[in-house]
Amino acid sequence: MEILVCVKRVPDTAENEIEINSEGNDIERDDLVYSVNEWDNYAVEEAIQIVDKVGGSVTVVTVGDEESEEVLRREMAMGAQNGLLLTDDGFEGTDGKGIASILAAAVKKGNYDLILTGAQADDGAAEVGGMLAAMLDYPYASLVNTIETQDGKLKVGREVEGGNQDMYEIELPCVLSIQTGINEPRYVGIRGIRKVASVEIPEYGASDLGIDASSVGGDAAKVKRMDYFMPEMGEGAEMLEGSTEEIIEKLIEYLKAKGGLK
Amino acid sequence: MADIFAYIEHNQGVAEDSALELLTAAKKISPDAAVTAIVMGSGGDLDKVCNEMAASYNAVWKIDNAAFSFPDAEAARKALVNILPGDCVLLVPHAHLGMDLSPGLSIKMDSTFISDIVDVEGLDGNTLKVIRQEFAGQVSTHVHADIANGAVVNVRPGVFQPDESKAGGGEVVDKSGDLGDVSVKRKYLETVEAEAGEVDITKSEVLVSVGRGVEEEDNIETMFDLAEAMGADVSCSRPIVDAKWLEKPRQVGTSGQTVKPKVYMALGISGSFQHMGGVKGNPFIVAVNKNPKAPIFQVADVGVEADILEFVPELTEKIKEL
Repeated sequence: MEILVCVKRVPDTAENEIEINSEGNDIERDDLVYSVNEWDNYAVEEAIQIVDKVGGSVTVVTVGDEESEEVLRREMAMGAQNGLLLTDDGFEGTDGKGIASILAAAVKKGNYDLILTGAQADDGAAEVGGMLAAMLDYPYASLVNTIETQDGKLKVGREVEGGNQDMYEIELPCVLSIQTGINEPRYVGIRGIRKVASVEIPEYGASDLGIDASSVGGDAAKVKRMDYFMPEMGEGAEMLEGSTEEIIEKLIEYLKAKGGLK
Repeated sequence: MADIFAYIEHNQGVAEDSALELLTAAKKISPDAAVTAIVMGSGGDLDKVCNEMAASYNAVWKIDNAAFSFPDAEAARKALVNILPGDCVLLVPHAHLGMDLSPGLSIKMDSTFISDIVDVEGLDGNTLKVIRQEFAGQVSTHVHADIANGAVVNVRPGVFQPDESKAGGGEVVDKSGDLGDVSVKRKYLETVEAEAGEVDITKSEVLVSVGRGVEEEDNIETMFDLAEAMGADVSCSRPIVDAKWLEKPRQVGTSGQTVKPKVYMALGISGSFQHMGGVKGNPFIVAVNKNPKAPIFQVADVGVEADILEFVPELTEKIKEL
């Protein structure tokens, strides 16, 4: 099976406290640690496991700049055979639909049976996979947390309300968005990354992909983020202050009063 | 102003809470717009849902087809493309179905998709101004969208007050004949119910809930010690289950359990909307987190800025001394 996995380089929010810059038009990015989007990492692991079972190869693709190449290499160190960097100055400021259209052009240049994305990334939109499927006219399933390969099709589970799982049979080729927890992504060590350090990663720009430059980028975006701001705290929590001992004393009083201690 | 439609999620003849929340969102987009509820399903209780919605919406489009005996986004997308006006605004709850349905629908309708909005600022000509969140709710953004060709807008459940005015008085119109081909390349097989766990956290009165801040599997035991001292049960957020440190039935959230405790201790939990969507019944929420900007502090009653790995053992000791 030929599998394409779409990945994104994002700030690691588990490790970072996000702050807004003084102009209010972006977050402070200087001190942020970047890594591969968590959902995408599960998608790559799943693709590798499928190929281990039924054969084929895994290609990881991203839309980004030179810095995104490190993310591709990290995923190749996990076991993806190929990387593909879609990069062009004209891609700057592209919205979700534009990203999907760039990826769709890359899909058409290849011959993939299965395309995976993470269920969502740093902007929480959860949109690129579904858009990509619609552009390609492929069937789609989101929030997938099990995949079983069958002849010419897949049996997949979608995670739904209450921890239930909706099971579907889906024809290939298809697009799936992958939910975290579907597998246990393997650890990548320095040695693994070194091994793929010199593997060449092809780069495609707008003209290589046959994309009209005016259809992507900031000017073409129909959905524009105007700024970043900190959400209103509303009432917010009463923050307990003082020494740890004082805080614990106050907290225990609250817990007693509210029935939190039995 | 283009027509506004709302996709009604329903279950066993009853509309979900989101049904009247979408009406509030629609009125915030355009106070005077006629808003039509879309109710898709198959026989049985469908009329009941339609009549319930007719009291609130200006019109109800009933779509009755065996393809929708189970809410299948792939089939629904094909039907909606055929029946909706091309430049309309469709509001959809940003839940498991909406995430499956909406992004692709916007492509097929050649309209703009706006995901997971938490507020509406209004409509200025063809520019819809909304508020979204990014980075797991840590920051908000003003988003301006060009909706000249229509829009599919996913609305976060639970953030808009439901419109209970029942000022609709709309008519139910049967659109079942206009669907066209709804055959799809994805076939629904069955729903596998979640397994029961060793503890039923939906019945717990006090929950010690563990999040990513626990850092390592070995530290989970520290949280169980606190729970034991308090007489509480242990629940958790999604990353803990993903890491297989605790079993799925302990997960609180929209894709886990819905809990209704009296006291909810959120330890090292950032407080994403998917997690908080599983905390109901207005419990007293205590949040302990080392990140002072964690969204959990917006919804908690009492907060402590601390590393749970240092704070919790001390708290446990003090409670044991009582």
